[in-house]
Amino acid sequence: MVAKALFVPLAAKRGSEGAAPTVTVYFNDKPLKVPANTSLAAGLLAAGVTRFRNAPVSGTGRAPYCMMGVCYECLVEVDDVPSQQACLTRPQEGMRVRSMDDLPGLAFYDAEGRELPTPTKLFGEGK
Amino acid sequence: MSKNVKSAELEYDLVVVGAGPAGMAAAVRASQNKLRTLLLDEQPEVGGQIYRNITSVDARREEILGPDYSHGRTLATEVIAEAGKGSLTYWSNASAWQIDPEKTLHVLRDGRSSMVKAKAIIVATGAMERPFPVPGWTLPGVMTAGAGQILLKNAGLVPSTPVVLAGCGPLLYLIAAQYLRAGVAIKAILDTTAGTDWKLALRHARDLLTGWSYVRKGMGMLRAIKDAKVPFYRGVKGLRLEGEDALQRVRFSSGGREHTLDASVCLLHQGVVPNTQISWSLRAEHKWDEVQLCWTPVIDDWCQLSVPGIYTAGDGASIGGALVAALQGELAALGVMRQLQVKPAADLDRDGATIRAEIERHLAIRPYLNRQYRPSDEYRIPADETTVCRCEEVTAGSIREQVKLGCSGPNQTKSFSRCGMGPCQGRMCGLTVTEVIAKESGLTPQEVGYYRIRPPIKSVTLGQLAQIDE
Repeated sequence: MVAKALFVPLAAKRGSEGAAPTVTVYFNDKPLKVPANTSLAAGLLAAGVTRFRNAPVSGTGRAPYCMMGVCYECLVEVDDVPSQQACLTRPQEGMRVRSMDDLPGLAFYDAEGRELPTPTKLFGEGK
Repeated sequence: MSKNVKSAELEYDLVVVGAGPAGMAAAVRASQNKLRTLLLDEQPEVGGQIYRNITSVDARREEILGPDYSHGRTLATEVIAEAGKGSLTYWSNASAWQIDPEKTLHVLRDGRSSMVKAKAIIVATGAMERPFPVPGWTLPGVMTAGAGQILLKNAGLVPSTPVVLAGCGPLLYLIAAQYLRAGVAIKAILDTTAGTDWKLALRHARDLLTGWSYVRKGMGMLRAIKDAKVPFYRGVKGLRLEGEDALQRVRFSSGGREHTLDASVCLLHQGVVPNTQISWSLRAEHKWDEVQLCWTPVIDDWCQLSVPGIYTAGDGASIGGALVAALQGELAALGVMRQLQVKPAADLDRDGATIRAEIERHLAIRPYLNRQYRPSDEYRIPADETTVCRCEEVTAGSIREQVKLGCSGPNQTKSFSRCGMGPCQGRMCGLTVTEVIAKESGLTPQEVGYYRIRPPIKSVTLGQLAQIDE
């Protein structure tokens, strides 16, 4: 979900300082330009991302709360690794970021590396 | 596991965890005294949260943040200079995910975990915001005042719409003053205290005089807020944050009237508390502080925990602010030198006494601050409907029900409800759960206790675990 950013750069308010270096990250496949020299969480907020993940119990949207590594609300999937703290991650050019909409599941593969459906016997109804 | 990936044995005299004021001061002092020291920190730059980005901040941001922020540059510069000279090693972007009482650390850095051995460890992990459980505090758009400050320090970001600041304590007024300097619109300040308690101030007159520099700063901030004519509500009760997918409204009562403000950003603050995750995971002894309303690790005169050779300094030990933290960092470094017998004990005792006297002077103001800005019961021990555990979405009412069923401590309610079992490992709910159980059961917080914190205290992937060198 990308909307009007809740946080904007100081410079934009004053129109003074030069443009900071940016990188392009992909948030749920949408390219976003974010400042290179700050955290991914700050960059996504400035790019207008308002929902970083869903709460696993109620499914309600969540976004960064503490920005200092303690609340774990900013968890996102970064380059296929789930549950990364966006506030402790530096954005990199081409980084693929996904909101964490479900609990990170276990993936099962056959000998040739093809993904198998989740075994229902172990985990109930597979998705 | 292949033998040729085995890294060189990493051994230090001292490992300092956290590069805020306490950690920086400890590392510099130890390194200057020839201790082989490793300073590690989660962030890309030294400074901790209080001096975040101090080595790279631009002039405009620095002007907004003010001289107390700039003060951190001296220490940060010393760390960088010392790190270039050999006896100090500094690791940025490094998280300690396990520390054991035998002084072995497991550190995650650049996606790999390494094992580090130390003769002594100083835990300088600082403070975190006290949980502020109110209805709707999980909505996007609701953040801590500290988060607002970090966005300003680290990214030069400020709210795009008029912001509501709610709670109590000096940091709330500080961010208000900084936002005003930055030209940010403040919708309102909702003060959850009743306003300045003059009787209390009189009783602490002598402390206020000793800590006059702090008082003057505080008065300056309040004056800036008043001059800017920011709507200011006192004695705020029944605070609720409402919205569909994100914050839309802030509701509260003040002066016997109900108020509703439209807002999409609200920053909450009711003081900071020690981040004790590491000291708990070490099974160190902790005491419930009845005045600061939080756990503090038990330390000796040299900041040593009940676990020999492991020290804690700064706000992670007890809230005292940045200047006290730096002094305590030095004190802990002296304690390590004493332990390792690298200097005559008499010299260290003399230096230690000087530092302790200075710490006393800085702490003079604290008893007043702790009472004036004591977070009210309503926002520490919330009503049944309020979510206490953000991760697993457990309400205060559910904790109370479990107490009625016989649960007498946080580890039992955790087993019953998963409260405290999510990714934050109880950091955001621990204090609340202890106090809710205590109030409900008639026990003291000390008797109720805290979560049994177990490593890994930061998330580690199975792949990273598998890559650990032997």
